[in-house]
Amino acid sequence: MKVQTQTAQKSSFLASIVRRQIFIPIAALLILAIFNFIVDPSFFKVTLGHNSEGDPILSGNIISIIDYGSELAILAIGMTLVTAASRGQDISVGAAIAISGSVVLRVLCGTNSRPDTLQAPIIVAFLISCLVAMAFGAFNGTLVSVFKIQPMVATLILFTAGRSIAAWINNNELPVVSDRTFTYFGGYIPGIPIPTPFFIAIACFILTWLALKFTNLGLYVQSVGINEKTSRLNGLNPALIKFVTYVILGLCVAIAGFIKVSRLSTINYSVVAKDIEMDAILAVALGGNSLSGGKFNISASILGAYVIQFLTTTLYKFQVQSDALPAYKAVVVIALVILSAPIVREKLAALFKKLSSPAKAESKS
Amino acid sequence: MRIKKVLAMAASTVLCGAMFVGCGASGSSSSNNEANKPDATSKADTANNDNSSSGSLIKVGIINNDPNESGYRTANVNDLKATFTKENGFDASFAYSLKNEEQINYAQKFIQDEVDYLLLSAADTAGWDSVLKDAKDAGVRVILFDRTIDADESLYDASIVSDMDKEGEQAVEWLKSQDLKAYDIIHLQGVMGTAAQKGRSGALDKTAKELGWNIVTQQTAEWNAEKAQQIVQSAIDANKKFNVIYAENDDMAKGAVAALDRANISHGVDKDVVVIGFDCNKWALEELKKGNWNYDGQCNPFQSTYIKDIIDKLEKGETLPEKKIIMDEKGFDAKTITDADVEQYGI
Repeated sequence: MKVQTQTAQKSSFLASIVRRQIFIPIAALLILAIFNFIVDPSFFKVTLGHNSEGDPILSGNIISIIDYGSELAILAIGMTLVTAASRGQDISVGAAIAISGSVVLRVLCGTNSRPDTLQAPIIVAFLISCLVAMAFGAFNGTLVSVFKIQPMVATLILFTAGRSIAAWINNNELPVVSDRTFTYFGGYIPGIPIPTPFFIAIACFILTWLALKFTNLGLYVQSVGINEKTSRLNGLNPALIKFVTYVILGLCVAIAGFIKVSRLSTINYSVVAKDIEMDAILAVALGGNSLSGGKFNISASILGAYVIQFLTTTLYKFQVQSDALPAYKAVVVIALVILSAPIVREKLAALFKKLSSPAKAESKS
Repeated sequence: MRIKKVLAMAASTVLCGAMFVGCGASGSSSSNNEANKPDATSKADTANNDNSSSGSLIKVGIINNDPNESGYRTANVNDLKATFTKENGFDASFAYSLKNEEQINYAQKFIQDEVDYLLLSAADTAGWDSVLKDAKDAGVRVILFDRTIDADESLYDASIVSDMDKEGEQAVEWLKSQDLKAYDIIHLQGVMGTAAQKGRSGALDKTAKELGWNIVTQQTAEWNAEKAQQIVQSAIDANKKFNVIYAENDDMAKGAVAALDRANISHGVDKDVVVIGFDCNKWALEELKKGNWNYDGQCNPFQSTYIKDIIDKLEKGETLPEKKIIMDEKGFDAKTITDADVEQYGI
């Protein structure tokens, strides 16, 4: 595809854009942005204010989107890799977030569910929760790679049991952290008016980008997803690579879970990150990635995650009636998914090509 | 490959075995440990060992929803466990599930075990007729608690219910008594269609219509704090004016307050925004005590004393005046709540 865009003539520029994978989430973002701009331009207003602690913060719908969409974007990174390598999705991420969030609070609070001081440094709690979440990722990964169970079935186990495990970790109590520094990660660091989760998401993105650029991870994941047998014949270990993607997803889960519990300094096992697995899968699909594995584009998935949050914020802004909310969401999602279907994109590309230069059509074959 | 197959066979056999132990009426003696492990999700605490010595004890089978479902349920389960003890003259078995079919299976098992009383908090309202008929034929008395079911009244002896309508009405009544200059309300709803949502929304909708209160935003946050935060944030970003937050549970109230804090809007007793929550979580009552919130409505999880009362009466051969018993629900005002209230009613 890269070669294609480089050699493409100016005339077929539009067509090549349409063919590019990242076109879909960008188009979706643009459509939502234009819609909001036409209906109410004040949607994009960002104001500088102060919170009740007197620290400066920016607020506005755009800030809400980059703030609340961050966990989903982080999950989308891991979910894309898992999807690409194992040709299936992990549906236990919501439950796993409950577990890792529960671990964070357990370490911070010790046995007392409402301590006045932290029982352990925050970084320790975070690292332990990373280990736990990666262990659960490894569990899923083992089931998928060694026992060759369908990913959705394998992760169904944790999906069912996860929230009970999370409750059990804290003896079914609801710990509350009163230390203010803990709220920085899901809120604002004093003096910096942009929400911290956005920085965390950017850091995750840069790390992934570096990992994909300087290691063969991306290539290996892709080849295992495209054809397991050939990649084994070429000296790769498909089981190991699938396993690694699940562990990476575990790490993403731990980071997302950490942000989630930091937002409110507490956790509710039954509703925290509810249905986030479906949103994460949707983000991967909106990014134009095939859900049956193979080629992938992480940036597109991340944009997809922010598209979902953009949609949610838009629906809240326009005060869609409560009982009709899922229906509206469904309509938009259907439209986006149809737009992202390869067959539709081919047709669109052909259409643009025809419009711009029917004569030079043969130059690009 | 062959080793893998053998391993898989072994694993599945073990799993099947575990299932039978969990669900079977009587585990073999070697697997008693397994059966008595207090597993919250699906296994019944069969407590088979006590069968012989239960002559003088009243045998009750309690079917409840998963204690991890919510703080409310945890308090409910703990309350039942504390009341139906051997010291109080009961031989109680517990079974938990959020699925109706599984609950029905447990009910059948309890009937086979010849319990005297079947206490039931049904996951779903439908599908209970035939098993309750079996119970009646076997002479098992049935007491429903917390939730009602769609079955003929003759099939059960008593039903103890929370009155969600009343909870909402009490809160709205309180709000009315505050005599605010204007009522601009952000209404955060629970999961649409649940009994708690219907009752709590219904009361507010009705009064708002009657008295011309302005509902600025009405949106479901699905009991979720973070969604509530986003909804309130969105109202603030749109420069909406409001002075009341009516959240249908404590979590959503907490999320709303987080959004207010972010925008530096004061809330609580004698402040700009009145905050109302429900469920009386302990941490919520503490917020109330500190004056950060204004009102919290109770959804009473302490049903065991009501149930015990009924059983005592039935054991003495008395008849119950009413089949449907509605529990008292309290509501707490930040101005009058005491530390004792927080301790006693916080869940």
